[in-house]
Amino acid sequence: MTYQPQADFGTPVSNADEMVTLLIDGREVTVAAGSSVMRAAAEQGTAIPKLCATDMLESFGSCRLCLVEIDGVNGTPASCTTPVAPGMIVHTQTPRLQKLRKGVMELYISDHPLDCLTCAANGDCELQDQAGAVGLRDVRYAADATHLGQAKDLSNPYFDFDPAKCIACSRCVRACDEVQGTLALTMAHRGFASKISAGLASEGFLGSECVSCGACVQACPTATLIEKSVVEIGTPDRAIVTTCAYCGVGCTFRAEMRGEQLVRMVPWKEGKANHGHSCVKGRFAWGYAQHRDRVLKPMIRASIDQPWREVDWDEAITYAASELQRISAQYGRHALGGITSSRCTNEETFLVQKLVRAGFGNNNVDTCARVCHSPTGYGLKTTFGTSAGTQDFDSVDDSDVILVIGANPTDAHPVFASRMKRRLRPQNGRPGARLIVIDPRRIDLVRSPHIAADYHLPLRPGTNVAVLTAMAHVIVTEGLVDQAFIAERCDADEYRDWADFVSLPRNSPEALEPVTNVAAADLRGAARLFATGGNGAIYYGLGVTEHSQGSSTVMAIANLAMATGNIGRRGVGVNPLRGQNNVQGACDMGSFPHELPGYRHISDDQVRGLFERDWGVTLDPEPGLRIPNMLDAATDGSFKAIYIQGEDLLQSDPNSRHVAAGLAAMECVIVHDIFLNETANYAHIFLPGSTFLEKDGTFTNAERRIQLVRKVMSPLTGLADWQVTQRLAQAMGLDWDYSHPSEIMDEIARLTPSFAGVSHAHLDVAGSLQWPVNAAAPEGTPIMHEQGFGRGKGKFVVTDYVPTDEKTGPRFPLLLTTGRILSQYNVGSQTRRTLNEVWHDEDVLEIHPVDAEDRGLKMGDWVKLASRVGETSLRAYVTDRVAPGVVYTTFHHPETQANVVTTEFSDWATNCPEYKVTAVQVSPSNGPTDWQRAHDAWATQSRRTRYGDLPG
Amino acid sequence: MTHLEKLVMMANQIAQNLAHEPDPAAAAAEHIRLFWDPRMRAMICAEEVAGLMPTAKAAVALIRPMA
Repeated sequence: MTYQPQADFGTPVSNADEMVTLLIDGREVTVAAGSSVMRAAAEQGTAIPKLCATDMLESFGSCRLCLVEIDGVNGTPASCTTPVAPGMIVHTQTPRLQKLRKGVMELYISDHPLDCLTCAANGDCELQDQAGAVGLRDVRYAADATHLGQAKDLSNPYFDFDPAKCIACSRCVRACDEVQGTLALTMAHRGFASKISAGLASEGFLGSECVSCGACVQACPTATLIEKSVVEIGTPDRAIVTTCAYCGVGCTFRAEMRGEQLVRMVPWKEGKANHGHSCVKGRFAWGYAQHRDRVLKPMIRASIDQPWREVDWDEAITYAASELQRISAQYGRHALGGITSSRCTNEETFLVQKLVRAGFGNNNVDTCARVCHSPTGYGLKTTFGTSAGTQDFDSVDDSDVILVIGANPTDAHPVFASRMKRRLRPQNGRPGARLIVIDPRRIDLVRSPHIAADYHLPLRPGTNVAVLTAMAHVIVTEGLVDQAFIAERCDADEYRDWADFVSLPRNSPEALEPVTNVAAADLRGAARLFATGGNGAIYYGLGVTEHSQGSSTVMAIANLAMATGNIGRRGVGVNPLRGQNNVQGACDMGSFPHELPGYRHISDDQVRGLFERDWGVTLDPEPGLRIPNMLDAATDGSFKAIYIQGEDLLQSDPNSRHVAAGLAAMECVIVHDIFLNETANYAHIFLPGSTFLEKDGTFTNAERRIQLVRKVMSPLTGLADWQVTQRLAQAMGLDWDYSHPSEIMDEIARLTPSFAGVSHAHLDVAGSLQWPVNAAAPEGTPIMHEQGFGRGKGKFVVTDYVPTDEKTGPRFPLLLTTGRILSQYNVGSQTRRTLNEVWHDEDVLEIHPVDAEDRGLKMGDWVKLASRVGETSLRAYVTDRVAPGVVYTTFHHPETQANVVTTEFSDWATNCPEYKVTAVQVSPSNGPTDWQRAHDAWATQSRRTRYGDLPG
Repeated sequence: MTHLEKLVMMANQIAQNLAHEPDPAAAAAEHIRLFWDPRMRAMICAEEVAGLMPTAKAAVALIRPMA
């Protein structure tokens, strides 16, 4: 579409059921009660001049531009702060109003630089627009005292702050408060000296608590806060709505373009996942898409010690197919496999698993969800019958108690975190929701502006099941169970078995305190609050799943939700916060080796027959290898070739040395990615990938919301990823002939009951759809299990605490847990190639002051981090946000290779690695370890081409 | 840890976590049948596999005829 700013109704929508009819400028309009006069006018199509109002923020009433006249009302009230009333008669344009507005605007412009022609916001400036709207033609005031000439703050890598252009409307301050919830900005000083300030005046934006979400920039009606990209490129001339390719929140953005150049990404206000908000990654960190490190031509080599040779697509595809066919003929079809990507679209993921099943002739397909949320799939399917979260994000608005376990939303799911924080803060007389945080670290949510957790249970890593069972013990033994819900919705016998089990004295908080390190009194308090505090919602992340009892913990969460009746309506539920943009979708699309799309087991003759008839092949009825099993089979010699789309096994999977050995043992490793990642050091064929900006398709976010990804520029490599997979399939003899991803979605819908009503055309009209989308729910299903569970009766599962085999001891006395931070994303291949590096350019090891003191370590010292499987070195960050005995790091940087120390212990049900519990020792170091040096040397050698080195 | 040792550990984990099922050995066997690739099942079903806990051993005995 051609460029137009997003519609702005001035004040937020009212959700009241009651409707009110009034007359505005002689025309009748009916709006929801509680709407402002400004909003009613806007809905009618009348734009009342405004500056301090925007529909993302509560009305403020400071700019005095939106004045109206109302019959029977004295004066000229501000339309943004005046609610509608039945029969009200409003006049938005009168000579009196015109004079007042012109006078107000004259004052604004008297202290504003008149450099419109050279201003970066020229043509996209509300002040400019409103000056025109009120008919301002000259300014009578002398420019004796102004704010012109003040120094700009250019410290933030993505936006500039020019105080000379500020009109002190406070929209940025309120956006930071109300939308983002960081409260980093303030209006410093008084009167004429008033000035927007980020933190202390000396800090500037970069040094402040600002998290660069961009809400302030979006809210600014002038060029005071403006994207550097707009300053450099100019204003956009068209906009296309698409879906972010970072985390599982699934924010929708307007990709605002000039030609095929992306000018900026602006969060789309109609996006149902993000409602117009964004984080630093989605909003700003898209520079990787055109980074010089991108490899744009296919490359091949006969062995991994040779330099790469650039070839054209035909040669690369032919070579890849011939190698796969050679290996299949030589070692058998089970020697081949593939990995789908949670970063790619549903359609691309579907094709990769189809290629493996129909083309390779086996079920050796897996996905990166193996190492994150595979226990969610297992646990929720077992208990509820559906492998997905139960709610939409909006549901949190109706929560009374929020339990966050093993998740750090402000870093990993920041846009939803802002939504959650809004509910946690008291608002308009409504008390904030109560908060329980179960996490070994004192995550930001535990205490942040206007938010304080009622309970923070800093458990010992690896004891989630014990803590949740102890909470269940309190709820059952103190009679806090929702018996009516259980009687109606759950299997009675299974409930009794579970209740008997959790009631055992050995499961009491007091008995388990020595195991969990959680004070029994706090645990009892948290359990009572969750059971009795009203609508209770549970949000969890990888701190739940990445354990040897990850699946058990998911089931323990489901047990807790059912026992308290917190399922099947708004405000409650079990909510897995998915790591990557399309983890949910990749799982839905049949990426697991035991399941066809729609979570149906491959051994089911009827389901397999459906696919066999549609695809015209015979499918293997046996489950295939999971990622860790593939690596083991490779070192055993029975697995020889792999096609990896969009995943960096070497950096993201545990025990890097074992991963390297597995990859090195294969005869054909095909990496299909946008960068030469660490895995590509062991690849024989590199197929250059396309970014989310370069292709069409869909992503499915953590709330099961399917959203369109729209191509905004041509693929730099010439082919979108789905086209590459199709060409590989064709070269292997499959008769695929898709001309557009919408045709792939049509096939998915044809074969997958929960997607039966999904099509690109339907999504284009609806904006988004939450599966299941079928005859019973043609417009999707925001809340699951409202009438009954997917499996019939809800299943309580006894989850006995089984300690991990990973033990601390004299040699490895500390427990390492890993995670990610706000500015970087997973293995960092995207965010490390953006200016986000300014916030985090290396992984550091968080260590408690007591543990640091014991080892003679100071802040910033190099330390060696050693486990039973490997060692690396990085710098120490001494902080009490981790408990004594616990250390924490991220895995964003290949120089650190944090996963060289993580072990292959894994979840009992799914093989999801136990990243969150590794016994380690920390000691002083003087720099990188031998492994790090060797890895760096290998990576450098591996990236050679016949013409020179490639960037890594 | 060898591949076989890893499989033994995994089988023991499965057995431990399904210990509260009405028939733990049958439940563990079913889990292995549903989630393990045939070559993994063949390895664990080979004779003289050491280190299996009793329930895991019973589970392996149940899947051996199908491995």
